[in-house]
Amino acid sequence: MGKATVQVPKRKSDLTFFQKVKRSRVLLLMCLPAILFFIAFSYAPMPGIWVAFVRYNYRDGIFGSKFIGLDNFEFLATSGKLLSLTKNTILYNLAFILFGNFLAVFVAILLNEMRSKWFKKVSQTIMFLPYFISQVLVGILVFNLLNYDTGFVNGILTSMGMERWQPYSDASVWPPIMILVYLWQQTGYNSVVYFAAIMGIDGEMMEAAKVDGANGFQRIRYIILPSLKPTIVILLLFALGGIVKGNFGLFYNIVGTNPMLYSTTDIIETYVYRATVAEFNFSTASAVGLYQSVIGFIIVMAVNYIVKKIEPDYSLF
Amino acid sequence: MAKKQDKDLMESGAKVRLGTSDKIIRGFGYTFLTLYSICCIIPFIIIVSTSFTSETVIRAEGVQFLPKDITLTAYSMVTKSGGIWWSYLVTIILTVVGTGIGLSIISMTGYALQRKDFPFRNGISFFIYFTSLFQAGLAPYYLLMTQTYHLKDSYLAVLLPLLMSPWLIILMKNFVKAIPHEITESGKIDGAGDMRIFVSLILPMLKPALATIGLFLALGYWNEWYQSSLFLSSNTPVKPLQFTLYEIVNKTDMLKNSVAGQFINLADIPQESVKMANAVLATGPIILLYPFVQKYFISGITVGAVKG
Repeated sequence: MGKATVQVPKRKSDLTFFQKVKRSRVLLLMCLPAILFFIAFSYAPMPGIWVAFVRYNYRDGIFGSKFIGLDNFEFLATSGKLLSLTKNTILYNLAFILFGNFLAVFVAILLNEMRSKWFKKVSQTIMFLPYFISQVLVGILVFNLLNYDTGFVNGILTSMGMERWQPYSDASVWPPIMILVYLWQQTGYNSVVYFAAIMGIDGEMMEAAKVDGANGFQRIRYIILPSLKPTIVILLLFALGGIVKGNFGLFYNIVGTNPMLYSTTDIIETYVYRATVAEFNFSTASAVGLYQSVIGFIIVMAVNYIVKKIEPDYSLF
Repeated sequence: MAKKQDKDLMESGAKVRLGTSDKIIRGFGYTFLTLYSICCIIPFIIIVSTSFTSETVIRAEGVQFLPKDITLTAYSMVTKSGGIWWSYLVTIILTVVGTGIGLSIISMTGYALQRKDFPFRNGISFFIYFTSLFQAGLAPYYLLMTQTYHLKDSYLAVLLPLLMSPWLIILMKNFVKAIPHEITESGKIDGAGDMRIFVSLILPMLKPALATIGLFLALGYWNEWYQSSLFLSSNTPVKPLQFTLYEIVNKTDMLKNSVAGQFINLADIPQESVKMANAVLATGPIILLYPFVQKYFISGITVGAVKG
């Protein structure tokens, strides 16, 4: 098999480019719709990045507007906006990644220890459910629980004779709330990979450990966790690769356009969205977007380099 | 003799230890997972409960875990205007058409890119994959869609961008990888063309992959609100379901945040129960369908976790 696959491209490489195209024209045609799609929606917007370097006005368009160099970036950097957006985005992502993976591994291990098939199935189904609803509904759920007038939590507080809680005007309480909502929505999904990895552990090894008298904690400590280590490391690294990409749907649907909460909840995506759709400030929006893309690209490259060193099979390219 | 006794003791001791630690883990596991599952489902119960509660009770006592008096007022208000059925229709059409087109393109591409004798497979794979490494960003995308493609207030602005993603194509490649190359070879020997091989030999073997990827696409279209929020303005009379929901919520927010609060007619603010009835109607189909298709999503996540 290995030999044959080496020989095929060797023979093909003798062909000229046009011969190759001619021979594989059907396969090329099969890829054509996808290629056109990515040109139209991913590559075509790229020249438009130029808008970050101009003072955009509708009449002159992106390429006719006045070139102002790095002024847009300078304004964002000196006003401290860029720093606070980056800080919020990265800190939230770090919390999501660390707590998210910890809880996912925890849930997967516990699920594996359960003996009742019925219980496993039902609890997995329920935990997976929040992943399937739209982010709009997530926003509604949170509002329904926490709002001042009719919220579920305030109903309970009042019935216990306590004072009402007003989270929608208090920025400081939102980091833990956002993390909890993220965990609520994603843990079912995240634990699937870990659960599959545990199922893939050699059954004989588990049996041998049992025969040797290893108790449940020892099996988890010395067999399951070490077997999960490569999966955990790889997933953590890839998650770190996306650390400057915020979860727009989550933040925008929960916080919306409530300026009182921006200090702790405004991430790069929500700022760019408002600048684009509400303020039509395309130059500022694009400057922030470009800054994010460049940083993100550098981080992914670094992560891929590291993964390649540890586990070449898992590297992206 | 003494040694044997020792050994027996140790063994029985080991057994007891094994028993108790397993019991602790299991007992803790049942408790934790049960509580966690309850946390997962409570918000849904509250929403359904609120949608059946009268507005006066909500105003007076807040939303409840179980409705005090069941009323269908909210549902009759939502369905009376008929708008929600049009939204349903738009969402269903977008979901069916988008999933169909997307699935055809993704499966063709996934197959071609997995063919060992296709000299351009690495180049094209990278061309597609690169789009997930570096993006132009929202502002240039928005300007292109509205000013170059003129897709403002067109359903195409919602349908087209969701057709495929690099991740779904990689997922399809991983599924195709499991099909032995000999199938393609045998087709070639029989003189079949590439398209013929794909349609009559490969596609039938890809049924689980088509189900999995089709469901991811369908879920994406059903839950779509983002592209709609970018491109569908008040000039589009019928919005997709989730965006309708989004607008109802946003209207409430806007009215509440506006400084000129005293000029707001309270009747303009959508009622809590009506909001929840909308939410139940927009999400219901997914929740009813989901237990039956869950296994396909799980297979997608596990196959997709390995890169292509």
